[in-house]
Amino acid sequence: MNGEIPALLPALPEIILAIGAMILLMVGVFRGNESFNQVTNLSVLLLVICAVVMVTEVGGERQVTFNNMFVTDAFAVFAKVLVYIGSAVALLISGKFLTEHKIDKFEFPILVLFATLGMLIMVSANNLMSVYVGLELQSLSLYVLAAMNRGRLRSTEAGLKYFVLGALSSGMLLYGISLIYGFSGTTEFDVLATSLSGEGTPDIGIIIGLVFLLSGLAFKVSAVPFHMWTPDVYEGSPTPVTAFFAAAPKVAAMALLVRAMINGFPGLIDEWQQIIIFISIASMLVGAFVALVQTNIKRLMAYSSIGHVGYALVGLAAGTQAGIEALLIYLAIYLTMTLGAFAAILSMRRSDGMVETIDDLAGLSETNLPMAVAISIFMFSLAGIPLLAGFFGKWFIFLAAVEAGLVPLAIIGFLSSVVACYYYLRIIKVMFFDEPADAFEGGHGRSVSIVIGTAAVLNSPVSFLLISSLAGAAAWAANSLLFQ
Amino acid sequence: MDLALTDIVFYVFAATTLASGMLVISARNPVHSVLWLILAFFSAAGLFVLLGAEFLAMLLVVVYVGAVAVLFLFVVMMLDINFTELRQGMMQHMPLGVLIGLILLIELATLAFTWNFGDDVAKNAASPGPIDASVTNTEALGVLLYTDYIFIFQTAGLILLVAMIGAIVLTHRERPGVRRQNIGKQVRRRPEDAFELVDVETGEGVTLPTKKG
Repeated sequence: MNGEIPALLPALPEIILAIGAMILLMVGVFRGNESFNQVTNLSVLLLVICAVVMVTEVGGERQVTFNNMFVTDAFAVFAKVLVYIGSAVALLISGKFLTEHKIDKFEFPILVLFATLGMLIMVSANNLMSVYVGLELQSLSLYVLAAMNRGRLRSTEAGLKYFVLGALSSGMLLYGISLIYGFSGTTEFDVLATSLSGEGTPDIGIIIGLVFLLSGLAFKVSAVPFHMWTPDVYEGSPTPVTAFFAAAPKVAAMALLVRAMINGFPGLIDEWQQIIIFISIASMLVGAFVALVQTNIKRLMAYSSIGHVGYALVGLAAGTQAGIEALLIYLAIYLTMTLGAFAAILSMRRSDGMVETIDDLAGLSETNLPMAVAISIFMFSLAGIPLLAGFFGKWFIFLAAVEAGLVPLAIIGFLSSVVACYYYLRIIKVMFFDEPADAFEGGHGRSVSIVIGTAAVLNSPVSFLLISSLAGAAAWAANSLLFQ
Repeated sequence: MDLALTDIVFYVFAATTLASGMLVISARNPVHSVLWLILAFFSAAGLFVLLGAEFLAMLLVVVYVGAVAVLFLFVVMMLDINFTELRQGMMQHMPLGVLIGLILLIELATLAFTWNFGDDVAKNAASPGPIDASVTNTEALGVLLYTDYIFIFQTAGLILLVAMIGAIVLTHRERPGVRRQNIGKQVRRRPEDAFELVDVETGEGVTLPTKKG
């Protein structure tokens, strides 16, 4: 209880983002919905400025502020760069779609900015209370975004479903946090870690609290058995919103999960490792098998993302520095694959509007070869075929699992990725060998084409050149988390 | 003597809370349910005062009675909800409800009996802020909120802002042809725009302008 002003520098990008978002909100309020494009472009610019400020001014050194509630280190910088990229790209590819569907409200970029701010707070959380407020700021913005197209029943249904289930999961999370606080007397990660590092079995209350905490977080990363909302929300939400959901929030929630477990409960690794292993196996299997019967490409991507969360969690289950490093590499690669794939889905338009079934892709190689090649690259990469970026992600993950002695987990992961290959390859078969359907219309906007092109290049064998620097950055980030 | 008085007050408030809680779910008229709920909130606020947490007591009255209960009243009175229909399945679901209640009770009991106030717990819990007996707890909470917990406090403010934006995005509709009040225009209006002095000739009357003012 001292009167000193806390150090603001570590949180400078977040402060800039918060103030900038409020200024843009005012711009939107006074200029009305005609300012949609302007506000969107300024939002992207704001995200870029924040990212640059973070890299140049804050840096990767570990700093805590606000009474130890906020921490920034190399791990946070790595995850936040991914979050900034995910949000900015999602904003870039959304403009055209929203204008066409007459939901080009200026609140859309503002809500994306606030959601991003929530994610940054999640990534930097060093206290269970900041975990909760960050998570709520992000989730609340996402609920509204899901229901953005309020004239369409599917969209409002998606928003309501997401809201009700999200509120339930927040309840579980809070219950877990209160139990942990009751049995340890603190919500701060560093203090928790030292308090819970003693010998012998920990209190039953701590373990129950940990289970509830993990359940709440598993919901946010949409890991099985808390994945039920994902397909409906992904299908019902407007496509650019789905693209946003699948990219940045996943990265942030995963980073939060990693920091909470590694920094907050290192003494309880035996307890949480079992839970993570179970969640990981279940997610990989559900992601592989249920996706086999999907016909809607957005639903397919939802199950695909559940599977990918399962693979990424293998890295956390390993609990070693190599595991965290592999997880970060996986998240970075997943981000490029997902954003590319969703940009491609956004370009699936006919004269009568957007189409989103797999059969609509039939014969795309004859009507639009570059697009077919780009989608093939994304699908091969998502499947983890060698030579493409997705392969490196899985390779590092399974390597870390084997090194940590989790051979069965690696084998299950490998087998489920073989099953998952089937549905990724089916899309490629439909595009190259089926009777051509009507060609897609152009006019999806230049930014969408640029995103598809860039993501395709990053996922193509060019990734050989980039993987070592990515691995270096991930190692730098993982190192800061484990050995402070 | 003093102690006995506190005890009596406690039992009065506690009994009122429990009784009105029961009446909330058993009253036939939903409006009565809400009124009983308000009584329950008031008695709970009394319990807080007894515990020395007067700030929480005030919050309970201001937020729950002032806002939440009134909102409930609005919902009950404005929406056409058939409460007898809602209540029909109650006896049928009773065993399940009792079972869940029992499980919760067992869980709570497990926690209560295994909970121990270990060294670390005592030390950690004591650290957040020494309590100075000379300040009221409203002041102490305020000092904590604006110093140690400023980050959480500000972020909570942002969450409320997002909730406001969300409510407007999801419900606001542009209605064309609505005559809105334009305060600037009203203030700019001068007597000359509105009045016209006419000398009326005897026996001729006045022809009014057709334009509506």
